[in-house]
Amino acid sequence: MEVGKLIKIIFLGVLNVVFIWTALFLYSSQAYWVLLLLLLGAALVNFVFISEKAYPYRYLLPATFFMVLLVVYPIVYTVYISLTNYGTGNILSKEQAVAQLQERSILDTEAGNYAYQAYRDGQGQLHFVFTSPGGELFLGYAGGLTPVQEGDPRLVELEGFTELTRADLVRATNEISALSFSLDEGRQLRMRNINSFGVYRQQYEYYPERDELLDLETGTTYRSVQGYFQAPDGTRLTPGFREVIGFQNFRKLFTNPQVTGPFLRVFVWTIQWALLSVGCTFAVGLFLALLLNDPHLRFRRFYRSVLILPYAVPAFISALIWRGLFHTELGVINQILKATIGSGVPWLQDPVWAKVALVILNLWLGFPYMMIVCLGALQSINSEMYEAAVVDGASTWQQFYHITLPLLMVSVAPLLIASFSFNFNNFSVIYLLTRGRPPIVNAQTPAGHTDILISYTYRLAFESGRGVDYGLASAVTLVIFLITGAITFLNFRFTGALEEVRKNV
Amino acid sequence: MYRKHSFFRALWRHAVLLFFVVFALFPILWVISASFNPANTLVGQRLIPSNPSLDNYREIFTSEQYPIALWIKNSVVIGLITSTLVVILTAFAAYAFSRFRFKGRRTGLFASLLIQVFPQMLAAVSIYLLVLSIGRLVPALGINTHAGLIMVYLGGAMGVNAWLMKGYFDTIPSSLEESAMIDGASPFQAFYMIILPLARPILAVIFLLQFIGTYSELILASVLISSSEKYTLAVGLQLFIHDQYASRWGVFAAASVLGALPIVLLFMFLQKYLVTGLTTGAVKG
Repeated sequence: MEVGKLIKIIFLGVLNVVFIWTALFLYSSQAYWVLLLLLLGAALVNFVFISEKAYPYRYLLPATFFMVLLVVYPIVYTVYISLTNYGTGNILSKEQAVAQLQERSILDTEAGNYAYQAYRDGQGQLHFVFTSPGGELFLGYAGGLTPVQEGDPRLVELEGFTELTRADLVRATNEISALSFSLDEGRQLRMRNINSFGVYRQQYEYYPERDELLDLETGTTYRSVQGYFQAPDGTRLTPGFREVIGFQNFRKLFTNPQVTGPFLRVFVWTIQWALLSVGCTFAVGLFLALLLNDPHLRFRRFYRSVLILPYAVPAFISALIWRGLFHTELGVINQILKATIGSGVPWLQDPVWAKVALVILNLWLGFPYMMIVCLGALQSINSEMYEAAVVDGASTWQQFYHITLPLLMVSVAPLLIASFSFNFNNFSVIYLLTRGRPPIVNAQTPAGHTDILISYTYRLAFESGRGVDYGLASAVTLVIFLITGAITFLNFRFTGALEEVRKNV
Repeated sequence: MYRKHSFFRALWRHAVLLFFVVFALFPILWVISASFNPANTLVGQRLIPSNPSLDNYREIFTSEQYPIALWIKNSVVIGLITSTLVVILTAFAAYAFSRFRFKGRRTGLFASLLIQVFPQMLAAVSIYLLVLSIGRLVPALGINTHAGLIMVYLGGAMGVNAWLMKGYFDTIPSSLEESAMIDGASPFQAFYMIILPLARPILAVIFLLQFIGTYSELILASVLISSSEKYTLAVGLQLFIHDQYASRWGVFAAASVLGALPIVLLFMFLQKYLVTGLTTGAVKG
């Protein structure tokens, strides 16, 4: 007991050292919110390990810690993103967008052109002599301008440097055009073309108290509206910024026809796909289990161990292998079809055949699991039932329909529902075999005929050529969660697992 | 229900079973055959390669551009460490859920399950940002490190795993620990010395399921790992073969055979646990 206490104290001590070290780091990097969370967490940990009342929580703490950090926090973040316009064009925070816009400048055409000569000194630094339209001379070096008179010793000094020829200037265009020389408040000299510099001034000024951006040239006021600075006539400045826009992503999902159309198609196929997957694997798995459960069958063990094999191959490898088998020109399936019926099938190019290919692949992946589960369930059915049925003169079919199936369903139904949920979100099979292709034409969002909701989300968030839309993708994620969450809830209602928990509490 | 069969009935059954045996075996045999075919292409492959060689396997171990053998090693190491840690975390949590009565037990049990059905896809964005900032604090856990990836996988320790294991712990009579505690054992000692040894089958099942899951995980691994020598097999292999079936089929086939081997071996090794674990644990729910 005493040793146990000692270990506990050392363990807690080490944890607290880690906490303090992290806290110091967070303090020095000014992450005060995270620091606050850390201190709360540290207090909780110390409480749980010191108080005897909190004993059970000690066992839960490690797993809960990782769950909160890596599952709960990302969920909260996703909910937040779904309420924003985060995506291409609205990636920056508001401060970043304002800073970018304030850096924009426009050419002051009335100020005219400044001719220039450029010199490079021994260290490779550039020096400039500018001549204003009025004939005044300026010395330009390292961002600063100094007015000078003809014959100034600093001008004479320049003659010791190398003057850049026209060819040199062309070569150094990138270097020179990145420079700017401050002329006076708000105005800068910048390279306009190879011959001359021009006067540029700031175009936009931001007024934080009114949350407005003023165009200093035209006097137009841009108001901050839904992630953009927008003029009264509706013109928007880019870049936009990330902003909370309420339920607009959800509204778009359900009311904008160009978004809703593909979303509904994807949704319907997701349901079909999950149902077909469960239906086919269960039908084949049950059928094989019934055959294999027959004690008179020879080579049972051989069949069983061979039929289980697809389950032992990692699914991502199987999917990639099948992609090779389904290859339209070179795949073995089409080779066989050509040799037997004369023509192949455009497996991954045609919307319908691509779906068929997916179902075949998922049947291959899934029937062994269903077979194992059904075999287990069949063995638990009391054989006296069948004897009684035979006495009553029931046919084989009647026995199956009235005894086997209902009893089987009691134990297998929850697994079927779980399998439905799993396939509803079976990203890797879809992604690895078809990538959601072939694409649906004329859709505003990137959607394919074989995309299910989860792969559609992936494209919205990461893969679209027309720009990504994290906000909309997060909204779709929440819709998926609502559906799978409800299925899970019902499943546990259905199996009485929740009731069992309630009883134990 | 089952009667002795006439010859034809038996024949019909064997015909159906053989059909599915071919269905189940054909892709596997075809890939094994391709892995020994030095032609390295889908074109004109036969089931029995005409001049078998080990060239494709050699390529896996020697290629500098696509270090497939290294990817397999990475996946195995990540899978083993993750599964071990997950089994430990899950066992603690499941023990608390099974043996103690405390506030929030029911809610916690159900919430952990519900939370795990949340589609992790978009969470990848926030997980990326999170790992980025953790990496600033502890570089060893940052982006593009295996330790960081393993840490992210530990988030899944609660949920279905804890539920399955709790179901199994419930079947172990608590009188065993009670008598140990009368003899002076602490609850932790009772857990460690009595429950864990008895729960070996479910520990094996969780280990296997977690290993398969981690080994095949694609999204988080591809978001968090960016350099080729640190790829897992799932990330590397799909990049390697994507739309290159005509020219890389042989090497891909060899990689598939070697890559599937760890899972197949583990599967055969733990199969007897798996069948009972899947049926008793899951059906019990």
